[in-house]
Amino acid sequence: MSAPFIMLVDDEITFVETLAKRLAERNIETITAFNAEEGLEKLKNNKNLEVIVLDIKMPGMDGIEALEELKKVSPLIEVIMLTGNATIESAINAMKLGAYDFIMKPFDIEELVCKVGAATNKKREHAEKIKDAQKQETLSKYGPFRYV
Amino acid sequence: MAQDRITNKLHSRKFTRNMVLIVILVSFIPMLLVSGMVLHQFSNSYNEKLYAHLKEMIHRHAQDIDSFLNERLHNLQFMLDSCDNVDLFNESVLQEKLFQLQQKYGDVFEDLGIINEKGVQESYAGRLKLENAQYSKAKWFEDALKKPFYISDVFLGLRSKPHFIISVKRVYQGKYFMLRSTINFEAFNFLAENLRIGNTGFAFILNREGNFQTKLHDDMLPSKKSYMDFISAGKKAKHGIYIGELTDDSDGKHIIYLAALLKNNDWILVYQQEKKEAFSDLIRTQIIAGVILFIGALLIVIMLSFLFHQIIKHLSEADREKEMMNRQIIETGKLASVGRLAAGTAHEINNPVAIMVQEAGWIEDLLKKEEFQEGENLQEIERALKQINTQGKRCKEITHKLLSFARKTDTQIQSVQVNKIVEEVVGISDKKSYTGITINSYKDQTIPPIAGSQTEIQQILLNLINNAIDAIGKKGGKIDITTRLEERFVLIVVEDDGSGIPQANQDRIFDPFFTTKAVGKGNGLGLSICFGIVKRMGGEIDVHSTIDIGTRFDIRLPRNKT
Repeated sequence: MSAPFIMLVDDEITFVETLAKRLAERNIETITAFNAEEGLEKLKNNKNLEVIVLDIKMPGMDGIEALEELKKVSPLIEVIMLTGNATIESAINAMKLGAYDFIMKPFDIEELVCKVGAATNKKREHAEKIKDAQKQETLSKYGPFRYV
Repeated sequence: MAQDRITNKLHSRKFTRNMVLIVILVSFIPMLLVSGMVLHQFSNSYNEKLYAHLKEMIHRHAQDIDSFLNERLHNLQFMLDSCDNVDLFNESVLQEKLFQLQQKYGDVFEDLGIINEKGVQESYAGRLKLENAQYSKAKWFEDALKKPFYISDVFLGLRSKPHFIISVKRVYQGKYFMLRSTINFEAFNFLAENLRIGNTGFAFILNREGNFQTKLHDDMLPSKKSYMDFISAGKKAKHGIYIGELTDDSDGKHIIYLAALLKNNDWILVYQQEKKEAFSDLIRTQIIAGVILFIGALLIVIMLSFLFHQIIKHLSEADREKEMMNRQIIETGKLASVGRLAAGTAHEINNPVAIMVQEAGWIEDLLKKEEFQEGENLQEIERALKQINTQGKRCKEITHKLLSFARKTDTQIQSVQVNKIVEEVVGISDKKSYTGITINSYKDQTIPPIAGSQTEIQQILLNLINNAIDAIGKKGGKIDITTRLEERFVLIVVEDDGSGIPQANQDRIFDPFFTTKAVGKGNGLGLSICFGIVKRMGGEIDVHSTIDIGTRFDIRLPRNKT
């Protein structure tokens, strides 16, 4: 199975960079963005992204708004909300809006790895199901023995 | 605080005293005025009635006595008018006349005698032998000669017994003679003597010289006053009756008297009575009224004192409650402020802590690489990194607790069984197996489910049990958790026999960051969180603690409205 491909979106540059390096050590391919707008842009340019770890409290567009926008760009993308305790309500709210999970700062790297793994699996299963559904649709439309 | 209580008590007492005095003055002055007026009117009315009664009585007795004397005089005048003068000088005729008079009037007439102008009794009918008795030197005779008829004063005379004489003068053959009769003193005395009221009211008759004309009793000697004294000192009223008061010189008693003139003003009939006795009914009424007034006043004072005491008590209680409520409001305000502060800063704190932890984690990752495995201080670096991680988690816990103040909607309100939560918490606590500490629970099985957050109630109980365990310490002891159903609340009591909380700290234990535990052992937020949760649920939390005896927390959570 290929390594998960994720994007970290947080305004704390040092945090994001270190976290990216640690995830890379754990065989997780990571790109980074330091605000929501940049994240959106990078998602558009990296269609194969599977999971986004998105901080809620950021200057400019916040994590909740960004979640909605990201989902518009890539509905299948799984998002793990990153939050301090103060925004736990927002994290729960975010899950109602389609986030996969949330994780509270400071966290253990293994916890994040675990959640990223689960989210990636879900995304891949989801993608697989869609692919199967499309295949079924094609089969039902054109039949299995149609040759061109 | 104790000084405040003493000052409040003094103020309350002063207030009660002033209020009682004001109410007493306001209510008593009109009451006393009205009572005084009524009593005064009653006294006046009683006086008037008493004096009117006595006046009537004296007047009637005076009339009776005058009538008695006039009748006796008329008896003699009639005798003279109806007989031949010569016959009267005949003793047998005189005896016959005396017999007739005695037949008709009893022993009033003791004898009859005819006395010539020289004072010699020429004819006599009676029990004594007074024929030819010489009266020329007798004062009464001298006085009688001057008048057509005469009634003497009472005197002892020849018979040495009190008596008086009635005489009628006539002219026979150019010479005066007079028909004389001795009037039985007892019969006359009875007229005055029967005027007796009570123990001290009696009547007597005085002549102008102040000599008694009636018999005296040893036990009631009237004041020695002359005839004129009674007239001049008294006030003249209807029917020529004189009314006055005098003081008995011998014993200082106040005496009232009424006097009426008799026998053409020669005599005076005096009725006297001790004022105390005459007005005894009035005095008794006044005493009864006074006693009723006094008892009434006393009852009013007692009732007022009691009522004001009760009012003050209620006011003090209301003040205390208000003060407590204010303190709770301040407390809640403090918590809210801390909550807002915590909410605002937790994120900011968590971010740098997250960076620190990540950086430490990165170092750990790097250390795992081969080139660092040979490092001299590898173990020490690993220990330091582990410590950074541990402290990072501790920071996270602290901010998590801080945020419990601000948390409002992340708790799920549902129907919860308090007894079940108690069981679970006791179960968890027991598993920790604290040395020598027993946790007992006494549950009221009638407690219905209440609306609340299970985790919050668990948090309250765990905080209180942890505090109790700390308070008991290593010496060992017991923690009792009791649940009970009250009218409006479900009561949870957490009681320990630990070291207790000093009185000075009891007011502050719910303050955020207030702790008496050693540094690193307590963050001073546990009880604040409990307070905040209970208040949010609309409940109450109280602490009762005594040093070296133990501490009891009463948590009242509202019952569901039915």
